[in-house]
Amino acid sequence: MAVSLDPRQVGTPKPRLNPGEGRSGADAIFRGLTYFSGFAIILLLVAVAMVLLFYSSEAIQKFGLSFISSDTWDASVDNKFGAWQFIFGTLTTSLIALLLATPIAVGASLYISEYAPKWLATPVSFVIELLAAVPSVIFGFWALAVVVPIMYNVPNVKGAGPQGVMPFLHDLFKGWPLLGDIFGKITGSGRGYFTAGIVLAIMILPTIMSISREIIKTVPPLQKEGMLALGATKWETINKAVLPYARGGIIGGVGLGLGRALGETMAVTMVIGGSVSAVGKGNLFTTGHTMASLVATQFNDAKAGLNLSAVVAVGLVLLLISAVINAGSRLLVHFTAPDNASLRN
Amino acid sequence: MESQNTLRRTNALEVTGKNSAIERARFATRRVVNLIMAGLVGLAALLAVGLLLVILYYVVQRGFESFFVRADGTTGPFNFNFFTATPSEGGIGPAILGTLIVVGLGALIAIPVGVLAGVYLSEYGRGRFAFAVRFIADMLTGLPSIIVGVFVATLLVRNTFGHYSGLAGGIALAIIMAPIIARTVEEVLKLVPNALREASLALGVPQWKTIVKVVLPSAISGIITGVVLSIARAAGETAPLLLTILGIENYNGNNFIGRLNPMVPVGSLPTTIYTNAGYPPNEVFRISSAWGASLILITIILIFSLLARWATRGKKVR
Repeated sequence: MAVSLDPRQVGTPKPRLNPGEGRSGADAIFRGLTYFSGFAIILLLVAVAMVLLFYSSEAIQKFGLSFISSDTWDASVDNKFGAWQFIFGTLTTSLIALLLATPIAVGASLYISEYAPKWLATPVSFVIELLAAVPSVIFGFWALAVVVPIMYNVPNVKGAGPQGVMPFLHDLFKGWPLLGDIFGKITGSGRGYFTAGIVLAIMILPTIMSISREIIKTVPPLQKEGMLALGATKWETINKAVLPYARGGIIGGVGLGLGRALGETMAVTMVIGGSVSAVGKGNLFTTGHTMASLVATQFNDAKAGLNLSAVVAVGLVLLLISAVINAGSRLLVHFTAPDNASLRN
Repeated sequence: MESQNTLRRTNALEVTGKNSAIERARFATRRVVNLIMAGLVGLAALLAVGLLLVILYYVVQRGFESFFVRADGTTGPFNFNFFTATPSEGGIGPAILGTLIVVGLGALIAIPVGVLAGVYLSEYGRGRFAFAVRFIADMLTGLPSIIVGVFVATLLVRNTFGHYSGLAGGIALAIIMAPIIARTVEEVLKLVPNALREASLALGVPQWKTIVKVVLPSAISGIITGVVLSIARAAGETAPLLLTILGIENYNGNNFIGRLNPMVPVGSLPTTIYTNAGYPPNEVFRISSAWGASLILITIILIFSLLARWATRGKKVR
């Protein structure tokens, strides 16, 4: 009665799905190796999250949710730690960067894909790709030498007051209800949240551009030709046919730019001024820290125990925020990019 | 019938005639808006390109000047010691060697894992597990590099080795490089025509041999591109190195083998730029050597990026 269907027992060869599969041990070993390498990549992200969670548990247990809401960062006297001012710093500088970079990036991508002749478009996009390859620390060094003096400098002339973008904006909005506070007293002689935001804007330009350019390329030419044939001007075509079609992808690209801005460390560290006092943090012209710059400057000096644990906890918060932004924008690009293999996967 | 048609046509002409002034004004506005937007879009491109050129100009000009500066801040003929000597002798040799050690170690660890993971994604990867590997590789590429630094520094520097080391820096860079290699290798292997695989399998060659002897060699230029791109990215990473290698200024020991020791703190170009940029302007050699280090670093990175582009010219690889 018991008729076994197991091929090993009835002596028929096991059906093979893939040619060559299971033919030799070497095949299984090689396949196992590649699977393991893929698994190692998954394991890596899990390990990063677990290690950060484990080594920050002391601070998380001690401060709980007040770690996120408190502004106090005192490693020398009270040993009290709160990360809100750094979360604020990260969000503020990234927001400034997005506001400045998005229109320029979308405009430049439109120029390259819609306006420029091919002989110009190729070198322009090449140059902008190079911008993405410049390391963060060189951006920071350049910004120290060039951007910071543009923001604020005191000419070496007797009786001359401070000059630059910061004093200009400060004087312009003096006494205004909200803007007067945002562009308040200049404490960092050119360094601070505002400068960090501007440097970040330059750094995320290529990130946003490379995605939006790819997406704009995927707009079907028939749609554009249809609008042009109806008598629309070039800008109307872009505004009504190209941009709506590419909107999802552009938002995804902006999200990836935001992801880069959130985690950008060295350039920000060099121009944000590095202060943990949290005094007047609503003022963009004052010095502060982002989460990344705090970790970069405090990790090596942190005393083992609560202090180190608090620094790692700041890293954990940064990991969570950037993971959410990154995953979200990747999914957005993945599901809105219309049939473009290089973007979909 | 005919008269009716004529009547209608006249009416239509009359209507357009009445509004033609408004129409013309409207068309003029549309044309002006069109021109303004074209100008703005061009301006945006000009700004983006201009910024890069300004940055490059600064680094090249200041960097080249720094090759003539001595340790005491005076300038003289071209300073060949800059590339080999220690800072007290007017050079940044230990930083250059340190970058070679750390990036080399990173590549040594990342290349096998990255290539194999790429092979998995392209040749075997189907279903949810493959989607997860692909997605997490992308997430890792977007992971702030400082987080990788914190991971390696807490796990290895603080709690395993107990001290800073070149190896810890190499491991941190490998974590950054491996996902880049994996995704590039996947993309280029997918470009290999299926007929090649089928022909090899039909001859009775096992799948692993097909991959190793047929698929990988035919995609070798793309694989090299992935590796080169990941090296270009890793060479400029600063934050993870800051937490793992410490960035010392002198050589470890007097002979070449001793200087290659990965178990002790080493220097690197990016950490040198960061440290020296923090000195006051009157420390002439410090500031100028930071520019010099920037020029060397950016040259390495640009050469590698151009190499990657050249290797895949005409092919669509991200």
